[in-house]
Amino acid sequence: MNALTFTLKTALQQSINCSSLTPDNLSGKSISDIGAIKLVTGKNGLLVCDVFEISGSDTQHLVFKNTSSKLNYIGANMTTGMITIEGNAGAYLGFGMKNGEIHCKGDTAAFSACGMRGGLLKIDGNTGDFLGAGSEGLRKGMLGGTVIVKGNAGDRTGDQMRRGLILIEGNAGDYCGSRMIAGTIGVLGNTGAYTAFNMHRGTLLLKNQPQLHVSMHDCGTHTLPFLNLLFKSFSKYNTEFSKLSSQRVQRFVGDTAYNGNGEILVLGKH
Amino acid sequence: MRGTRVIITAQNHKWAYHAANAMTGFATSVIGCGVEAGIEREMTADETPDGRPGVSILMFAMGSKVLMQQLETRMGQCILTCPTAAAFSGIESEDMISLGKHLRYFGDGFQTSKLIAGKRYWRIPVMDGEFLTEETTGMVRAIGGGNFLILATSQPAALAAAETAIEAMKKVANVIMPFPGGVVRSGSKVGSKYKTMFASSNDAFCPTLKGVTKSELSPDIESVMEIVIDGLTFDDIATSMKVGIEAICALGENSGVKRISAGNYGGKLGPHLFKLHDILKGGAA
Repeated sequence: MNALTFTLKTALQQSINCSSLTPDNLSGKSISDIGAIKLVTGKNGLLVCDVFEISGSDTQHLVFKNTSSKLNYIGANMTTGMITIEGNAGAYLGFGMKNGEIHCKGDTAAFSACGMRGGLLKIDGNTGDFLGAGSEGLRKGMLGGTVIVKGNAGDRTGDQMRRGLILIEGNAGDYCGSRMIAGTIGVLGNTGAYTAFNMHRGTLLLKNQPQLHVSMHDCGTHTLPFLNLLFKSFSKYNTEFSKLSSQRVQRFVGDTAYNGNGEILVLGKH
Repeated sequence: MRGTRVIITAQNHKWAYHAANAMTGFATSVIGCGVEAGIEREMTADETPDGRPGVSILMFAMGSKVLMQQLETRMGQCILTCPTAAAFSGIESEDMISLGKHLRYFGDGFQTSKLIAGKRYWRIPVMDGEFLTEETTGMVRAIGGGNFLILATSQPAALAAAETAIEAMKKVANVIMPFPGGVVRSGSKVGSKYKTMFASSNDAFCPTLKGVTKSELSPDIESVMEIVIDGLTFDDIATSMKVGIEAICALGENSGVKRISAGNYGGKLGPHLFKLHDILKGGAA
């Protein structure tokens, strides 16, 4: 079967909520049924067939082509199947995702992996602010799953993250790991200011020394046995993190301004 | 009976054995020790979850409650305390029991949990660095008390044959021989003349009583050693018995071993019957 393919056929002026276009929702539907689905956009609804050329049949593998950053909520709440985005995606990519896989070959906007609970989200380009964070007003961010970003991430990566794994091969912006509750964030590039601001628990694994605020405390250099297990778990992903092997890190604990017991582990030559 | 397996790793095999020997020490019999436990086998660094040298231990108890309580106690007193030691689950089961789940409180709030590839681990800060333990391990139904007796013309001959059997049986997976060195010299019988004791010396196999008891021993037998086996399945125990008995037989006529027997107990002690002849033929009882 060919992948069910949505090719954007018009330049978008307003953002479109694509949350209804998931393997879960489209399973068992014909192309005409799918074309008749109403999409939320602005004050006027549009049908799927107004926006996309639809081809193929495999509802377990969706492909989006000729995409734009105005396609929001792709893969929202999905529990099965695969979505490939051959280009950029908008905000809230993989929102509340529970299982399955999303692969975006371009950049994404803010709030990717927002409220994610499981599955795998891969972003080949850059991603915006609040990667793996919670929706506005919520007290918990990402609850599970794995996110791999080949490019850079914006500010507030992993804000209030509760569980899961975020791996960023490029740089992360300011407030990386802010208000982090648990989970693991890895960054091979540089991080910005206020890394681990108000961190509660969790692990930030950094290749390069971050700029630290005064309430993150140096606990010295150590060989940590659990890193062997962590690095082994990376081997199934196609990521530069799979090459990590040294268990020797410098450990910073905090955010002590929040009675936090989180840690920043800085890799490198120790 | 319930059983579990734990993988213990350390900086090197020397310290993995220190930890494992402590954990499985005083675990010869469920009667007085709560559990029967022993080292199943040595593991190379490639085989263990954290890539360090290790050993696997098996632990058995009569009932899940005792097993859980003993496992946690021994983890806390023997693995948490042993330099460089770490502990991991060695068996999967629908029934997962605490391995390091409650030990985490020793961290006094400084402990950290990591969920890696679907398994939860606890990192507890200790003076030598960090104690790493998996949160749970599996608990499975198991079988205890398979046994056979070695009847020989002298004590050294009986012991040498037992040692030979144990060396061979150590290579069998899923079993342990929980008594000291794997061998028990004080095999027991059910019942006693004393009302408070439910087990007593198996006088039918005691060589110094040949003339005054209903003895199972021929006049030339001067010593008897028993090997007791606990294992995960009937077939595991049967295999280890076959391996052990064949190793003894390979010693030949001049070894001093005259007969291999087993504790019979009238077939009334326990639901599993290990019939030696069938086992040696390679079939189940």
